[in-house]
Amino acid sequence: MAFNLIGKNFTPPDIYAKVTGKAKYAEDFKVEGMVFCRLLTSTIPHARVSNINLDEALSMPGVLGVLTADEVTDTDIMDNPILTNHPKFIGQPILAVAAESEQIAQDAIEKISFAIEALPFTVDPLESLFPGGPNARMEGNVANPGIEPEEVKWQVSDFVAAGENHLPMGSPSREWSYGDLDNAFASSVYILEESFVTQGLSHNSMEPRTALAYWDGDKCILHASSQSQSFPHPGVASYIGIAPENLVFIAEFCGGGFGSKGGAYPYVAIPALMSKKINRPVMMRISRNEEALIGSARPGFQGRARLGFDQNGKMLAADLYIVQDNGPTNGFNDWLSAGDALSLVYTPNAMRFRGIPVLTNTPHRGPQRGPGQNQIANAIEPMIDKAARELNIDPLAIRKINAPNNYSKYGGAQTSVTSAYLSEALDQGAEMFNWNERRQRSGQRNGSKVTGIGIGTAYHSAGSNGFDGLLRIDTDGILHIHTGVGNLGTYSHTSTSRVAAEVLGYSWDRCVVERGDSSKGLPWNLGQFGSNTSFTMTRTNYAAAQDAVIKIKQLAALRLGGSIEDYELQNERVQHFNDLNLSLSFAEVAQIAIDEGGSYSGLTYPDEINPMTKRAVGHLAGSGLIGVGRDNLARSGSVAALAAGFIEIELDLETGDWEIKDYVGIADCGTVLHPLGLSHQVKGGAVMGIGLAGYERHIYDPQNGLPAHLGLCHSKLPTYLDVPSEMRWGAVALEDPENPVGAKGIGEPVQGCASAALLCAISDALGGHLFNRTPVVKDMIINFTAGQEQSYGPLQISSA
Amino acid sequence: MAKDMMPAFELYQPDSLDNALELLSRFGDRSWIVAGGHDSFDWFKDRTKYAQYVIDLNNVNELKGINETSEGIEIGAMTSLTEIELNDVIRQRYSLLSDAVSRVASPQIRHIGTIGGNLNQDARCWYYRYGVDCYRAGGNSCYADTPEGQNREHCLWGASRCVAVSPSDVAPAMVVLEATMVIASANGLREVPAEDYFIGPNIDIERMTVIEPGEVLVSIKIPNTWANAMFYFEKVADRNTWDFPLVNISRAMFIENGVVSRIRMAAGAVECIPRRLSVVEQVVAGSELNEETAELASQAAIRGATPLNFNHFKIPLLQNLVKRALRA
Ligand SMILES: Cc1cc2nc3c(=O)[nH]c(=O)nc-3n(C[C@H](O)[C@H](O)[C@H](O)COP(=O)(O)OP(=O)(O)OC[C@H]3O[C@@H](n4cnc5c(N)ncnc54)[C@H](O)[C@@H]3O)c2cc1C
Repeated sequence: MAFNLIGKNFTPPDIYAKVTGKAKYAEDFKVEGMVFCRLLTSTIPHARVSNINLDEALSMPGVLGVLTADEVTDTDIMDNPILTNHPKFIGQPILAVAAESEQIAQDAIEKISFAIEALPFTVDPLESLFPGGPNARMEGNVANPGIEPEEVKWQVSDFVAAGENHLPMGSPSREWSYGDLDNAFASSVYILEESFVTQGLSHNSMEPRTALAYWDGDKCILHASSQSQSFPHPGVASYIGIAPENLVFIAEFCGGGFGSKGGAYPYVAIPALMSKKINRPVMMRISRNEEALIGSARPGFQGRARLGFDQNGKMLAADLYIVQDNGPTNGFNDWLSAGDALSLVYTPNAMRFRGIPVLTNTPHRGPQRGPGQNQIANAIEPMIDKAARELNIDPLAIRKINAPNNYSKYGGAQTSVTSAYLSEALDQGAEMFNWNERRQRSGQRNGSKVTGIGIGTAYHSAGSNGFDGLLRIDTDGILHIHTGVGNLGTYSHTSTSRVAAEVLGYSWDRCVVERGDSSKGLPWNLGQFGSNTSFTMTRTNYAAAQDAVIKIKQLAALRLGGSIEDYELQNERVQHFNDLNLSLSFAEVAQIAIDEGGSYSGLTYPDEINPMTKRAVGHLAGSGLIGVGRDNLARSGSVAALAAGFIEIELDLETGDWEIKDYVGIADCGTVLHPLGLSHQVKGGAVMGIGLAGYERHIYDPQNGLPAHLGLCHSKLPTYLDVPSEMRWGAVALEDPENPVGAKGIGEPVQGCASAALLCAISDALGGHLFNRTPVVKDMIINFTAGQEQSYGPLQISSA
Repeated sequence: MAKDMMPAFELYQPDSLDNALELLSRFGDRSWIVAGGHDSFDWFKDRTKYAQYVIDLNNVNELKGINETSEGIEIGAMTSLTEIELNDVIRQRYSLLSDAVSRVASPQIRHIGTIGGNLNQDARCWYYRYGVDCYRAGGNSCYADTPEGQNREHCLWGASRCVAVSPSDVAPAMVVLEATMVIASANGLREVPAEDYFIGPNIDIERMTVIEPGEVLVSIKIPNTWANAMFYFEKVADRNTWDFPLVNISRAMFIENGVVSRIRMAAGAVECIPRRLSVVEQVVAGSELNEETAELASQAAIRGATPLNFNHFKIPLLQNLVKRALRA
């Protein structure tokens, strides 16, 4: 397809504010009479709090009130609560104190006395599964969305059978399989079996989840940090305990979420409820350390994979078992996504998946960029290299022979995909990276340094459907594209909105993206997670634009005669095909829409749109021509976003240091909507992947349950001096057939392909040694090169 | 655990050393010196350690700057790490020091952090910083030295109830350069060699240096002894910046007629004080530098190392760094 706007770079409308510092994040707002609240949080991993005595705190000058767990909205027992008297991880908020200043609030917190009963706790799933092991909560030690909390203890014999070096595999919570697994293993010429650990990880969003709330009658005005705009709105309203129409949700800028701010999260309700209680605007600033604990974390895996290959490297059989460190709540379904991802990325002829999500007294686990898919990429990709080495196959070739295509099937149910071009991505990357020549450098020595080469691939399901689009043409002819897409730094709020402008033939400088504040009238959109925005909200904007196209033509026919088939849109005018004199500007059409009313100006609207979109249309009604619609386009399978990364490193055998010499990342994301934005996804994803594979820590002292990784410094995120300043990228750019402009998402696999490539390169530099663990850090490399044992056991989770 | 909210304190900003000393003696152990504040404010924000009276030395100009003297150079304690890193005299004659300083923390921290603050910084054991009631914090246990203690960053030598290490990248370089610490109090000045300035938990578990309440580190004198020597500094940390050392090594050496005539070496982050590698010096002095000497020296360097559960990687790492220092 030839486009005017799609595929072209643009200046994101919010960029000036960001680079000049004028962008206002939740913490930057001040309102008259604003006061502050601070949180009393748990210092022990599992406890019951009682006999709270607030007298001394409340009598302090400047203290305005206390909000306790008894006063907040009830949430489902397995959800992360707003406040609790039964904390299940260190740092969990128990109560909040409001005061004229934060310092007074903190001083008051120190004057609150309470009884605290320490309860059994665990930070290790396998410890909890062992007979007699501790449960992270009273309800049991296993839970997940769709799995009621229960107590599961495996048999001692499960542990004995596995031995110290392999994952025990007791009875799972979920299991699926397809194909004849036994037969597939029996036909395999090479079988490998490895147990592995992928560490959990704090989201560590740069902007902590600070929030400011105040009330105007029944209306709550909330400034919050959110990666999505419309999607969390109903959930936030429900946390506050109000009807959605009474919540003004302002989240124009967001300093990172990575999945932790995708939907509604409970803590935003604290300043809102406090404000209601004390009748003052309340700012709740969340500190860096607090964010590390309440800002959720990626689940860790203790896993085991058995893979069988034929002599060409085709994966015939895969048997995967995942024990997920689920945190103390419902957590997230990473473990299930991991199994699905393996089935698609390597298309084994037969596969079995088993897994169990086990509760621990560590932060709430939620989705983090590539939840499940990226952990499994890191675990499996080095094993693929091992198979290639054993079978004497090129690492590129083994990936290509297993790569999915448009006809590949996905997951236990073996459903279909909309498109999959991993093989093409591998070819494109191999060419850019000069694979054949680079491959020769593997193992090359330069003093104490050795070169390692790696490829990584990853997948994420990257699109959804059924959401709404909304736009308005005003009487100046300006196109206002209303989007519920949040501002998580990808500029997808604008790149997807441009589809509406493309369909209507607008010149971009006559378009305004309306976003960031629910009071502007924003449509119901899916959240900015799951790499879905490009696919999902190009479709909603397409739907709204199609509605507008029809209405424009109808109004032209109404005014100028003829039928809608006689008209076309051209240069922001509606024009009769045969009679050049029959023409209206969009500005004129907008006025006619207002005059005609009805659905033209939004006085009526389709019943099928979401209540949020209905309210938005109601808000805009009568102010121009309204285009609104639900995305009813077909979607027949998983929208497969795939990515391939190529990496060369030089690793110093004496110090464990490694340096990335080159990185190439290739995205299979369908039509490229915004090249610059995509390049930032590929490179930014790689930076985060480098952290996932080689730096970031999430360490718990098992004896006391204490977190050792609080703050950005101790979490050891890579800095810009740790990552290459130049990285290269490309896109396959083959259209997805189920998107009107051919686009699909990409945000997540571009992290996983980079982290997996790095792990493969480290392994390659070390002659093929598998650590079977993320992150791989210096002490591990030094111990290996020194011929020493590692200091952790193979399944130990906190490896210091 | 971290509170992330400083308590109120009274701030004093004296403009002379005498005023500072007067304030320190007036407020005694209720006072706290602040230089760049990178260590101090961390404690204050956590509310685990703080003081009622904070004496900020940033206006005391006599504590700032780098001066050449007939005996060498003298660096004021309030000189920023960046200034030391960029100073021409230091880069020409004592590049060990500028190299070591250039690997401290991050560029931003070096702009504000001072040499006095760096040499007087407190232990970085994460348990201690977390605010647990360990020996160093006046309690009666060590959380790091337990069967499951997360002690990857901790010591190989000198454990004495506490297993924290000296976190400074600069301190070992000061030991190698035979620096002298000039300390002032209301009673006058005293000078202490760098090697005696840092103290382990066996001497005082609640302090890292000989500085007593009421005392100020005024300057560091670096003698001509090692000027223009052959220097080697290397630091291994998890990251290239914004990270404390896993192990670092400092070496000064002169070679005459193909053999090592004088050598001084020290390692950081392996003991609670900079660890002078005297045995290595003995092995190497008078020898040619070759693989054999390096190997012998690296074996000598690790004798007596007693690893904890997660830090035995520091043994081969130190060995490798000794070898590298003797190859270069
Ligand atoms: C994130 C981070 C990473 C770091 N990484 C490294 C690293 O890799 N390598 C490294 O070597 N250091 C590192 N540091 C330490 C850093 O260099 C020191 O914190 C800094 O140099 C302290 O200097 P300051 O001037 O900010 O100290 P302050 O916090 O002002 O002072 C530190 C201590 O010294 C005392 N003090 C200061 N000046 C004097 C004086 N003149 N006389 C007596 N007592 C005094 C103070 O009372 C206080 O107890 C790091 C620090 C941080 C925060």
